[in-house]
Amino acid sequence: MSSYSSLASGMFKRWRVRLNFDFWTLGSLLIAAIVLLPVFAVIVLAMFPTENIWPHLMDTVLPGYIRTTLWLMLGVCVGTFIIGTGTAWLVSMCRFPGRGVFEWALLIPLAMPAYVVAYVYTDLLEFSGPLQSMLRDTFGWRTPRDYWFPDIRSLGGAITMMVLVLYPYVYLLSRAAFMEQSVTMLEASRTLGCSPWQSFVRVGLPIARPSIVVGVILALMEALNDFGTVDYFAVRTLTAGIFNVWLHMRNLGGGAQIAVVLLIFIVVLILIERMARRKKRYHTSTRSTPPVRIQLKGWKAWGAVIACSLPILFGIVIPGGQLVIYSLSHYEASWAAGFPIYARNSLMLSAIAAAIAVALGLFLAYAGRLGRGPLLTGCLRMVSLGYAVPGAVLAVGILFPFGYFDNFVDGLMREYFGISTGLLLSGTVFILIYAYVARFLALSYGTMEAGLTRIRPNLDGAARTLGRTPSGVLRDVHVPILRGSLGTAAILVFVDTMKELPATLVLRPFNFDTLATHVYQYAKDEQIELAALGSLSIVLVGLIPTLLLSYTISQSRSGGNTP
Amino acid sequence: MPMKKIFKRSAKVALTASIAAASLFSVAASASEVNVYTDRQEFLIAPLLEAYTEATGTKVNVVYASGGMEERIKAEGRNSPVDVVLTVDVGRLVDMVNEGLTQSVTSPALEANIPAEFRAEDGSWYGLTFRARPVYASKERVDPSEINSYLDLADPKWKGRICTRPGDHDYNLGLLAAMIYHHGEETAREWIEGVKSNLARAPQGNDRGQVKNIYDGLCDLAIVNTYYMGAMLASDEQRPWAESVNLLFVDQDTVGTHINMSGAVVARHSPNLDQAIELLEFLSDDVAQQMYAAGNTEYPVKEGVERSDIVKMWGEPKFDAESPGAIAEYKGLALRIMNEIDYNAGP
Repeated sequence: MSSYSSLASGMFKRWRVRLNFDFWTLGSLLIAAIVLLPVFAVIVLAMFPTENIWPHLMDTVLPGYIRTTLWLMLGVCVGTFIIGTGTAWLVSMCRFPGRGVFEWALLIPLAMPAYVVAYVYTDLLEFSGPLQSMLRDTFGWRTPRDYWFPDIRSLGGAITMMVLVLYPYVYLLSRAAFMEQSVTMLEASRTLGCSPWQSFVRVGLPIARPSIVVGVILALMEALNDFGTVDYFAVRTLTAGIFNVWLHMRNLGGGAQIAVVLLIFIVVLILIERMARRKKRYHTSTRSTPPVRIQLKGWKAWGAVIACSLPILFGIVIPGGQLVIYSLSHYEASWAAGFPIYARNSLMLSAIAAAIAVALGLFLAYAGRLGRGPLLTGCLRMVSLGYAVPGAVLAVGILFPFGYFDNFVDGLMREYFGISTGLLLSGTVFILIYAYVARFLALSYGTMEAGLTRIRPNLDGAARTLGRTPSGVLRDVHVPILRGSLGTAAILVFVDTMKELPATLVLRPFNFDTLATHVYQYAKDEQIELAALGSLSIVLVGLIPTLLLSYTISQSRSGGNTP
Repeated sequence: MPMKKIFKRSAKVALTASIAAASLFSVAASASEVNVYTDRQEFLIAPLLEAYTEATGTKVNVVYASGGMEERIKAEGRNSPVDVVLTVDVGRLVDMVNEGLTQSVTSPALEANIPAEFRAEDGSWYGLTFRARPVYASKERVDPSEINSYLDLADPKWKGRICTRPGDHDYNLGLLAAMIYHHGEETAREWIEGVKSNLARAPQGNDRGQVKNIYDGLCDLAIVNTYYMGAMLASDEQRPWAESVNLLFVDQDTVGTHINMSGAVVARHSPNLDQAIELLEFLSDDVAQQMYAAGNTEYPVKEGVERSDIVKMWGEPKFDAESPGAIAEYKGLALRIMNEIDYNAGP
């Protein structure tokens, strides 16, 4: 009797385990399929170019585009890595004057649209700008031939602009990693004779590697899908090529082909990195005591202050200050009665997109941790690809499947019931939110996956032994440990949605504005002075939740709720 | 817990939003409305549409879009709500006509308002305004009589003295397309190669930036739209730039100065056809044409409509009315040539 029942319960258990496994796997596959729909649509579009553009491009601009793109990637990679990890290490591991302020202030440049920063710096640094004028007055130079000054509208300028607004990706992710890192390991390294610098390079960085890599790859994808900055600086990357072929040659398929090449760039990059760290493990033990931050003194303290000030100075104080000046001098012309509504729309879309993206990102990352199929792993690797596609191209990849669906339903209803349902989803807020999630899921999935990697699998085992289901483990064990990563993911998606422009422009409903679309009309007309007030409001509205979340993240470190 | 709350609240917001969007949508289908997609800026177009609503009582719903507008209409298919598409560049409209996204409409008022050279013969597209693209020359350093044609810009005597924005920008592709149309591909290619070798530096920045460059002494000549002149003269900071240049309306003895034309089409599946035509009639009539002229420093297409004071200063030059057709036909080729000679690499 008892042996029967134990056999039955054993079978039941096995069955349930398999069911659970299926739930997570199937759920992930479903999410991946939905989110990757626009990417597939772009790949399908790429199969039907109106003519073969490659011979022409190969012979002319393509080699230059590729070279420029590679340099841009290299520059952004190195720049965001150094600034992002350096400042993150300082604020999470050391104590120096102003550390508490730097901790959140280093995030602010994230809220600045890159093209706005580019406009402002061009005004400041070009020949007739205040800096060069001052130099000329001081030294008696007159024409540009009298002296040398770096040209802001150049590849170097574009890299600088992007690093200034993109380093916070790396900063946020590596800070989350450093904070979730086991302090004991670092202390052990110090006891074994490492200097603080050595323990950063030999222990801190390697353990945080998955997070740092995610941050850098996100920054790279963002750099690749940027069009505003490179266009303004006349830096010709592959992205510029996409728009030329699509809009000027009226060859959507050809443009989509270049977009696919961009995707391949990213995939190769991810694969190389994965191969390089194969078989290495990055778990740390669970958090123990909150670390004692090293007190920096003398020139070291000042060095830390300067290192943390510079990105803030160049990323927000100078461009933000200039925007304030423009806003004040052009206040009458740039204030719009609709601002509260635009702000509400932006906030609403960003909050919903962030909530959905965080939930889905967590689900996928955890499924990846549970999952054991190559199919699932492969799917998860691809989930981030939407982020590497320029927004306008991704929007087109969304328009066609949704339009097809709406018209299909409408056709059925007309045929069988004689009523027209019109467009159910196209041109609604729903499609906008879908677009944001499809585009920005990379941010939350990447953050979450990197966070989970740091948690030892034996913790899952222990919790399962204690009777938790996989979802119970996630809820009771991982989510509390991952609070920092959850907050980081939410900030990233929130702020990126606030700034998102090209997809919003073309997908939005009638009579619907966000702060970003409002700013764009002036930026497009080359009137940065009138765009300033709107740009500032993006920063301010994006800032409040960012600071709140940043606060929760730093709170999450002070122990307390360790499971 | 707070996360849960946030989520609940977001779900509520999402629900309200989609209901709001749905109601917006069902309203949009009612009869007293007209739906517009446009790539023009809101601050230019909104006052005109408000004036239309005031005059007729018809509400206007607008999406201010950019890249992807045509794809949206295509994807929406027969259920597309859009009635009228307004663009800054008629070339884009002609492409839409060729892709079957539009329908021909006609009315006595439209034919009376818009001169024949500014609309399609079959009523498939209508021009509403245009801006010229003359040569801007330094008052100090260039004698206006030195330049009579775009072709003169290729003369080696201008070596190191010309500034333009990047070659793959819409406006420059439009001009090169018109050069191809009038002079043939070979001449146009030689011409743009000549301009390239005369550049003071690699093409960069926007149209206003080029005028500023002349003011700063970086170069002596530029090719810039007239529209920006009005905007610069209206700004205290930029007025000195505008006052440092002469506008040379070239090719007066031949085809006329190149123009960019803005215009409108009626969408193929327009659900509010009567209102669509009414809107086009309004935009091409005195009130709206006057607003375009005064507010945007554009040239109205309707004859007899008073131009803005700034535009009047430039007299009555001859314009190349064939530009829009030429742009639609040769823009792709123009981009190829720009790529082949690598215009953006500079001198």
